[in-house]
Amino acid sequence: MLAFVIRRILQSCMVLLTVALLAFTMFRFVGDPVAQIVSLDTPAEEVRKVRESLGLDDPVIVQMGRYLYKAVQMDFGISYQFRQPVIQLLAERAPATLELALISSFLSLAIGIPMGVYTALRRDSLFARVFQSISLVGVSLPTFLIGILLIYLFAVTLGWLPSFGRGQVVTVSGRWSTGLLTVSGLKALILPSITLGLYQMTLIMRLVRAEMLEVLRSDHIKFARARGLTTRAIHFRHALKSTLVPVITIAGLQLGSIIAFAVITETVFQWPGMGALFLKAVQNVDIPIMAAYLMIISALFVTINMVVDLLYAFVDPRLRATIKG
Amino acid sequence: MTSSAVTPPVLELRNLVVEFVNRHGTLRALDGISLSIAPGEVLGVVGESGAGKSLTGAAVIGLLEPPGRIASGEVLLAGQRIDQLPVEELRHIRGKRIGTIFQDPLTSLDPLYRVGEQLIETIRTHLPVSEQQARERAIALLAEVGIPAPEKRIDGYPHEFSGGMRQRVVIALALAAEPELIIADEPTTALDVSVQAQIIAVLKKLCRERGTAVMLITHDMGVIAETADRVAVMYAGRVIEIGPVRDVVKSPRHPYAKGLMGSIPALDERPERLLQIEGSMPRLTAIPQGCAFHPRCPHVMPRCHEARPVLEPIGAGQVACFLHEVRS
Amino acid sequence: MSMQTPPAGSSPPGDSLWSRIMAHDLTYLFFRSPLTVVAAILSVAIMLAALMAPLLASMDPFDPAQVFLADANIPPVWQDGGDPRFVLGTDDQGRDLYSAILYGMRVSLVIGLSGVALAATIGITLGLVAGYVGGRVDAVIMRVADVQLTFPAILIALLVNGIVQALSKGTSRETWAFGVLILSIGLSFWVQYARTIRGSTLIEKNKDYIHAARLVGQPTPLILLRHLLPNVIGPVLVILTINLGLAIITEATLSFLGVGLPPTQPSLGTLISIGNKYLFSGDWWIVTFPGLTLAIFVLSINLIGDWLRDALNPRLQ
Repeated sequence: MLAFVIRRILQSCMVLLTVALLAFTMFRFVGDPVAQIVSLDTPAEEVRKVRESLGLDDPVIVQMGRYLYKAVQMDFGISYQFRQPVIQLLAERAPATLELALISSFLSLAIGIPMGVYTALRRDSLFARVFQSISLVGVSLPTFLIGILLIYLFAVTLGWLPSFGRGQVVTVSGRWSTGLLTVSGLKALILPSITLGLYQMTLIMRLVRAEMLEVLRSDHIKFARARGLTTRAIHFRHALKSTLVPVITIAGLQLGSIIAFAVITETVFQWPGMGALFLKAVQNVDIPIMAAYLMIISALFVTINMVVDLLYAFVDPRLRATIKG
Repeated sequence: MTSSAVTPPVLELRNLVVEFVNRHGTLRALDGISLSIAPGEVLGVVGESGAGKSLTGAAVIGLLEPPGRIASGEVLLAGQRIDQLPVEELRHIRGKRIGTIFQDPLTSLDPLYRVGEQLIETIRTHLPVSEQQARERAIALLAEVGIPAPEKRIDGYPHEFSGGMRQRVVIALALAAEPELIIADEPTTALDVSVQAQIIAVLKKLCRERGTAVMLITHDMGVIAETADRVAVMYAGRVIEIGPVRDVVKSPRHPYAKGLMGSIPALDERPERLLQIEGSMPRLTAIPQGCAFHPRCPHVMPRCHEARPVLEPIGAGQVACFLHEVRS
Repeated sequence: MSMQTPPAGSSPPGDSLWSRIMAHDLTYLFFRSPLTVVAAILSVAIMLAALMAPLLASMDPFDPAQVFLADANIPPVWQDGGDPRFVLGTDDQGRDLYSAILYGMRVSLVIGLSGVALAATIGITLGLVAGYVGGRVDAVIMRVADVQLTFPAILIALLVNGIVQALSKGTSRETWAFGVLILSIGLSFWVQYARTIRGSTLIEKNKDYIHAARLVGQPTPLILLRHLLPNVIGPVLVILTINLGLAIITEATLSFLGVGLPPTQPSLGTLISIGNKYLFSGDWWIVTFPGLTLAIFVLSINLIGDWLRDALNPRLQ
C-alpha cells in the first residue's frame, strides 16, 4: 500500500515538473520578465540593471531552478497589468472559484448520477427518453449560451436572481470570503452554478447510463437474477456499486475540469474568480498570471487524481489486493 | 414419458418454442422441446454449441434475454405451470426452487462483495432466517462444498478464491435455499481439467444427498456418461433423442447421436475408428425443411426432406427419426 | 447462450462485400431513426447554406461599404420598428443579421472542420507511431497525452491563444486569429485520436499482413500508411463527428470570450458575444438567432454522432 502511494506521488511530481517546465518556458521566453518591473520610459541603463538583478543573464538551467524554487514557495512573480504579486491576486479570487466549482460539482453529481441510473434501468420509459434528450441538448449547448439564456430568463425577464457578481460576501477567519452565508450571496450562486454544472451533469448522466447498461449485461448480474434476488437488490446493491467504481475516476476528473471550465461561467456572470483573472491575463498577455494559473490548476488536478486513485483502491477489493501484493 | 405416477416430474417441458424476433424476421431457436426430469434424477442435455442447450435452461428460469421469448409450449415445475407466472412470482422460484450454476465461476460472483455477503443475501432472500442463522448456514454450505476453513474463507472476496473454489462457492449459492432442481450450465467448461472431476463429484454428491434433480447442460460426453441418469441430445433447437444414459451413450439410435457418441474415445474398449459427422450444424436462419439433420445424415431418405420426425417412444427412451419409426 | 447474429443478406465474406453490408445495415438503421434523419437533413441544410452564403445573403457583412451604422440595432421584421430589408434585424454595426449568420456559420464551419482535421492528423500520426514503434517513443507520447488529458480543451486553447498573442506583439488580430483558432482546436483535441489509434495499432501490428509487409522489406512509413492505417481508422469516424460539434463550440466560446475572431470577421460566437452586450437593453434578437443556429447545428451533429456510435457498436444490436 505504501509503495503504491509513494509511486503515485512520484508520478504526480513528474507531471507537475513537466507543467512547471512549460510554465517556465512561457514565463521566460514568451513573456518578458523585465516588463514586470520597468515601464516604457525607463532608461536603458536601468533596464540593464533590472535584467541583472533578476538574474536573466544567468544560464537557463539556473534560472529555471530559481523559478521552480520560488514557485514552490508560492512566488509566481508580479502581474504585468496589476503590478501586484500574482499569488496575492490569485488568493483573493480563489474562494469565489472554489465555492462555485464545489457547488456545481455537487449539483452535477447529485442530479447526474440518479438520472443516469434511472435512464439505464427504465431505458424505454418516457422520462428516460426525455432525460436522454435533455442530456444531448446539455452537451450541445455551449456553456456561455446556457448562461446567457438563464440570465435573460431569470434576471432580465423575471428579475428573480442577480445576473452578475457574488452578492454580499462575508470574510471568514480573516482570509476566506464566502458567499454561502448571506441570502444575496446564495442567490447569486444559483445561476452560475447551474450554468457551470449543467454540462458536467449531462456528461455524468450519460456516463453512468452507459456504464450501468454495461454492468447489467455482465455475468454476475445474470447470476444474481438466477439466485432470485429482488430487483431492488440486483439494481442497487450489485449493479449500482459496480457502476460507480469507474464513475469515481471520471467524477474526479470532472471536478478538476469544472474549475477550469469556470473561466467561461465567470466571464458570463462577471464572477470575481480565478478564471476571470486568467482570461483577463490571456487578453492582456499577462504571462506571469497565465503561468501561475497553469501550475495551480495542474497541481489541483494532480491532487484530485491522486485522491481519486487511492479512493478507488478502497472501493474495489480486487485493486486493494494488487496494491497490497 | 413417465406413466401416470403419483409424484409429477420436477420439471416438465411440453412443446417449448423459443423465438427471437429481429429485423431479419423471426428466428426459432427452440422448436418444440419436450422433456421431463424426475425428482432426484440427473438429466444430461448434450449437443453442439448453438443447439439450444443453454437457451433451454434460460427459458426454464425465465431469464431469456430479449428479444428472445417463449412463443408457445409449457414449463411445469412439480406439475405447476411457471412459464406464465408474473415476474415477481417467478423470481421467488429462482434460487428457492430452482438453483442455477453458470459456466464461468470467475465472472458469476459479484467481485465487490464478500463471498459470505452473497451467500447470506441469497439465503435471506428465500428463507425467513436471521442474519446470524444465515451466516451459520452459509458456513455449513461452504464446508459441504469442500471449502477448507469455511468460517475464515466466508469473509474473503471472490478474487481470493481459485477458479475451482469459486465454482464450489457458486454451487453453495445454488444450493443455498434447498432447491428441488439445479440447472447446471456447462459447470466445468471454464475450469482446469484437473478440478473438473472434483466439481462434478461435489455436485453429484450433494444433489444425491438432498434428492435434488439436476439438469446438466454440457457438451462433455465424459461428464454425462459418468453423472447423468438420462440424456437428452439436442440438435438445431430440437430434442432428437432422449433416454437412459446407458442406452443413449452405448447404443444411440439417432444417426446424429451415433456420431456424437462416436466422438468420445472410451478407455476400456478400443473403437475401430472415431466416427465423425460431415458438415456442421445449420444456422438458425437456415434450418432445412423436414429433419434438420438430413443434409448431414448418412441414412437420409426421401421423406426426411419433407416431413419432420417427432419423438417416438422406443425401448426405454424416445427418438425422432424415421429410421426407427419404420421398425417400431 | 448468445445467439449468432446472421449476416445481413448472408453474403459470402469479402472486403468490399463486407463494407457493402455495413453500408446496408447503417442505411437501414439510419432510416429507422427519424430523429437522426431530421438531424442529418438539418445539418446538411445548414452546411449548404453556409457554403452558399454569398448567394443566399442579402449583403456581404464583411464589406464595410455595404454596412451603415445608421441601420444598427433594428429589430426583426415582425416587430415594431422592423425593416423589410433586414428580416432578422441588424446588429450594433448595422449588419443584416440573417446575412451575418450565414457568413458567421461559414467561418465557424471552416475553423471547426480545419481544427478537427488538424487534431485528427496530429492524433492519428502520433497514435500510429506510438503504437507501432512502441518503447520509449510510445511512453513519451502517451505521457504527454496523459498530462494534456487532465486539462480541458478550452484551457489549452486559451493558453495557445495567449502565447501566440504574446509572440506576435504588435500585429493585428485579424491577421492571425483564424490560424490560431485552428491551431488551438487542433492541439486541444488530438489526444482522443492518438489513444484510439494506438490501441488498435497495438492489436493490428502483430497480425500476419503486417509481418508480411515487413518481411518483404517495405519501409515503415509505407507500412503505416498503406497497411496499418486503413485497418485502424474505423473508430475514428465517431470521434470525428462528435469532435466537430465540440470544435465549433470551442471556436464560439473563444470568440465569445474575446480571444477568438475580431468583430470585423464575425463568427457565430462573435455575434453572440456582441448580442450579449445588448441583451439588457432588450435587443434580444442579436443573441437569439446566432445562438439558435449554433445550438441547432451542434445538436444535429451530436445526434448523428450518438446514433453512429450506437449503430457501430455491435454489442448494442
